[in-house]
Amino acid sequence: MLTICLGRKAMNFMMDILFPVILIGGMGLVFGVLLAVAAKAFAVKVDERIPKITQALPGANCGGCGYAGCAAYADAIVKGEAKTNCCPSGGAAVASKIAEIMGVDALDVVPMVARVMCSGTKDCAKTKYIYSGETDCHSAMKLGGGPKLCSYGCIGLGSCIKACSNDAISIKNGVAVIDKDKCGACGQCVAECPKHIIELVRADVSYAVTCSSKDKGKKVRAVCSTGCIGCGICAKNCLAEAITIENNLAKIDPEKCANCGMCAEKCPQKVISFMTVPYEDTFEEFVRV
Amino acid sequence: MLSNLLTLSIGAILIENFVLVQFMGICPFLGVSKKVETATGMGLAVVFVMACASGLTYFVNLLLNLLGIAYMRTIAFILVIAVLVQFVEMFLKKSIPALYNSLGIYLPLITTNCAVLGVALLNVTKKLGFIESLVYGATAGLGFTLAIILLAGVRERLESSNIPDFLKGMPITLITAGLLSVAFMGFSGLSF
Repeated sequence: MLTICLGRKAMNFMMDILFPVILIGGMGLVFGVLLAVAAKAFAVKVDERIPKITQALPGANCGGCGYAGCAAYADAIVKGEAKTNCCPSGGAAVASKIAEIMGVDALDVVPMVARVMCSGTKDCAKTKYIYSGETDCHSAMKLGGGPKLCSYGCIGLGSCIKACSNDAISIKNGVAVIDKDKCGACGQCVAECPKHIIELVRADVSYAVTCSSKDKGKKVRAVCSTGCIGCGICAKNCLAEAITIENNLAKIDPEKCANCGMCAEKCPQKVISFMTVPYEDTFEEFVRV
Repeated sequence: MLSNLLTLSIGAILIENFVLVQFMGICPFLGVSKKVETATGMGLAVVFVMACASGLTYFVNLLLNLLGIAYMRTIAFILVIAVLVQFVEMFLKKSIPALYNSLGIYLPLITTNCAVLGVALLNVTKKLGFIESLVYGATAGLGFTLAIILLAGVRERLESSNIPDFLKGMPITLITAGLLSVAFMGFSGLSF
């Protein structure tokens, strides 16, 4: 009697423990096998060069190459849509690594820097109101496009400073200035600027028109003493014929520019500045004239 | 039948909203609601997984009841949901890469979203049939999507507003979520 009792209890005990263990364990096993099979069946062939190139890239996902991130750029290179030298923050070292992985000749990398295309400091650009809100360009932008009368000019509240990962930007007399030596050309500030006046330019070209105003000369003169008025004097004096006037704004073609400096000398507004000497000095020099 | 499903849907989206009334899935609700775009991606992924999980767990529950070990439900459901998400991820990667890229990293995140387990367990407590489970799962996901997009919209505006220093970041987000939740209390008057 006792043994039967014990046996039944033992049986019940076994059932209580075994059933769940078998079921859950079994489920786990079946699912595991299913997943393993599915992994084989649904395996997507990834070109082995893609992870290699992604590794070689800086991995900052800055978007400076024009793609969504480093992985997207690597994908585009393997597909043949992108060149191997488009990573601005990686520069020549990364470009040669990528070229090696792809088995092609390394392309020359043109070093780039970001540049604020505005010279309208507090002394030059007139203001329409005194802004005392949050120090954020996007906030000021919502109040009639910012405190400056010029609708193209730098707001100077430093949203780009927050975006910069290299600590290269500072505000000098109401205009953002980018330190050429610290700039990694990642393009974060270019994307951040609500006025879209920061550009990536070639670091080896000396002259650039630091103004973004597309207004006519008279209107520019009314709001800023140093804005480009589109007079065309620079274009006429350019020995290399590198300057064109588009939408009342002079533009220097970096491919043609011979770095002679004639345009900066002749510019009546002194808005064409020299870039190879430390930028801050020229900035003061040209803007304060 | 149809009116029954409608009642169930309105209940899941508004009256018993998973996030704002039942407080499930708070982690992704706060974590992925910085931008409307990402919030939408997360929401859609949740709708998809919740509907699939509801359907699958219905059969798992039948099996558990058959063997008389219904108390193992939670563990079994967690297992099923984890496997389901993994499988769905592989499947999408292979057959619908466009959808996979847009859902992106949110799919694996859902494995740990308690709202998915919540909907599976609620299906059982509410004694819902197969079709009803599917509808309840999908609409509960829609409710989650609604809540996370609402919060993301508010947070985008908060980005450029003047907030006192001590409230910046998570505190003001939690207050916003609380206010949203209070607003959703108003829907309790709709319950049939």
